Amino acid sequence: MRARTLHAGAARGRALVLVEPLSLWGGLDPASGEVIDPHHPQRGTSVAGRVLVLPAARGSSSSSSVLAEAARAGVAPAAILLGEPDLILAVGAAVAQELYGAVIPVAVLAPEALAAIPDGVEVDIGPDGSLIVAGPL
Amino acid sequence: MAVALDDRDRALLAGEQGDAAALAMRLVLVAAESLRAERLIPITRAHVDSCLYHGQATLDFVDRLREGDARVSVPTTLNVGTLDLLHPELWRGDAETAARGRRLMEAYRALGCRPTYTCAPYQLPDARPSLGEQVAWAESNAIVFCNSVLGARTERYGDFTDIACAITGRVPDAGLHQTDGRRATLVLRIGPDVPERLLEADALYPVLGVVLGRRAGGRVAALGGLPPNLSEDRLKAVGAAAASSGAVAMFHAVGSTPEAPTLADALGGVSPALELEIGLAELREARDALSSAGSVAPGAPIGAVSLGTPHASLAELQGITDELGADRVAPEVELLVSTSRDVLAAAEEQGLATRLRDAGVELLVDTCSYLGPILRPTPLPVMTDSAKWAWYAPANIGASVVFGSRRECLRTAVEGRLWRDAGLWGDR
Repeated sequence: MRARTLHAGAARGRALVLVEPLSLWGGLDPASGEVIDPHHPQRGTSVAGRVLVLPAARGSSSSSSVLAEAARAGVAPAAILLGEPDLILAVGAAVAQELYGAVIPVAVLAPEALAAIPDGVEVDIGPDGSLIVAGPL
Repeated sequence: MAVALDDRDRALLAGEQGDAAALAMRLVLVAAESLRAERLIPITRAHVDSCLYHGQATLDFVDRLREGDARVSVPTTLNVGTLDLLHPELWRGDAETAARGRRLMEAYRALGCRPTYTCAPYQLPDARPSLGEQVAWAESNAIVFCNSVLGARTERYGDFTDIACAITGRVPDAGLHQTDGRRATLVLRIGPDVPERLLEADALYPVLGVVLGRRAGGRVAALGGLPPNLSEDRLKAVGAAAASSGAVAMFHAVGSTPEAPTLADALGGVSPALELEIGLAELREARDALSSAGSVAPGAPIGAVSLGTPHASLAELQGITDELGADRVAPEVELLVSTSRDVLAAAEEQGLATRLRDAGVELLVDTCSYLGPILRPTPLPVMTDSAKWAWYAPANIGASVVFGSRRECLRTAVEGRLWRDAGLWGDR
């Protein structure tokens, strides 16, 4: 499988499939990496080190800053896989790399391919957007 | 996909104008890649949201720009920051955060940005882009207003990208910058069961925006069945809510917004992929979901009332003044109105600010009451007429929210107890 990379890099981690869109600003605590959006059914879940599977982003234009700050604090996701392109997250990841050398690839998959990634499985992303999705852990 | 660059773009990327301009160009290219743009185009203005403090990373970034000799190349306005720099005593948080927030706000000013510190730059006559103008705006409510109400063209830019576009003067030629990207692909029609009185009430519009955001996600939708020539303040409320509940960057209100004199214009002559109706039940459900405090009975005590999200316009300050009349805010309630320093200056000139303060209203500028500890701490619910405030305040400042119309908010502030306008939503 191959994803379209918006910000390229290699990463590996367990998938965290968000069942609803999330705005990182107001939705993610960049100090702890926890989902804090009270409207979100997965409130309380930590995104740190996970391959965040996000069908769609939402809302605020401050999400770039929140992603970069989470990277500085060491609680950013390992990678972000999107169902639709989101330049706010791609640029947040690019700045995290420029400032801190943190590699958080951001890539887009067709919605059907994204939906086929089960929560909790190991996902390996190559710098060219190649994806290896392991069986359930 | 490779983005075609001209000589100036290449020179910037190669660092010929300094390291900061090269960094800015790299970020513009990430944006271009995300939008699948084939080239970059020039902009005439920018609105920058990066001046709001979100931790050390936001300071590290601006320091990198300043060390690399960055300057904005187009007229650039600034969004809200952490602090009211004109009334810093209104901050109730720790001094360290205040100092960092202030440093960030001032650092962006030093890059050549105009210190407007408002989420509603479209209310400043000399900062409003005109129909068809290509700009780079951040701040979700400003983006949707710019595209929808002004007919100027911006993509959904965020922190870092905004200042990168302002420095380079370039944006990707894609998405909402192109005529094709601005066509509605979804039609949402107001259902026949929505009462006439509600269509004429301010309270409908933020709630309608919540539904728009949920239904549209990131698509451009056309809203049909609304009264024509809706005020800018009502359209502001729709857009701010839709950009909170969804990723809406543009909508058309048929008969009100400049690219939608008719539904056919909004659709650009193409049949919509989807047509849906918005009924009263869906609106009431969206309204109720905005009250995180749950169902609070009329007569229950309310701790504070927050108005002016996005920043109140001069017309809204006038409306609040008129509605209050000779009444005063109850001593146990805090009534706070957020606006911009420029609108406040106009309100001072017209005597409105004095009348509001005399009535017990607190006026906040440069920031917003849901961004940090500004409201007096209260165990009681906080009331607002803003869907955006209702959406973000519970997570941001731990407020328990009651949503209501502006009139309900003001009567509540005067009486100190929740006042409801029975029948507004056709509930009985």
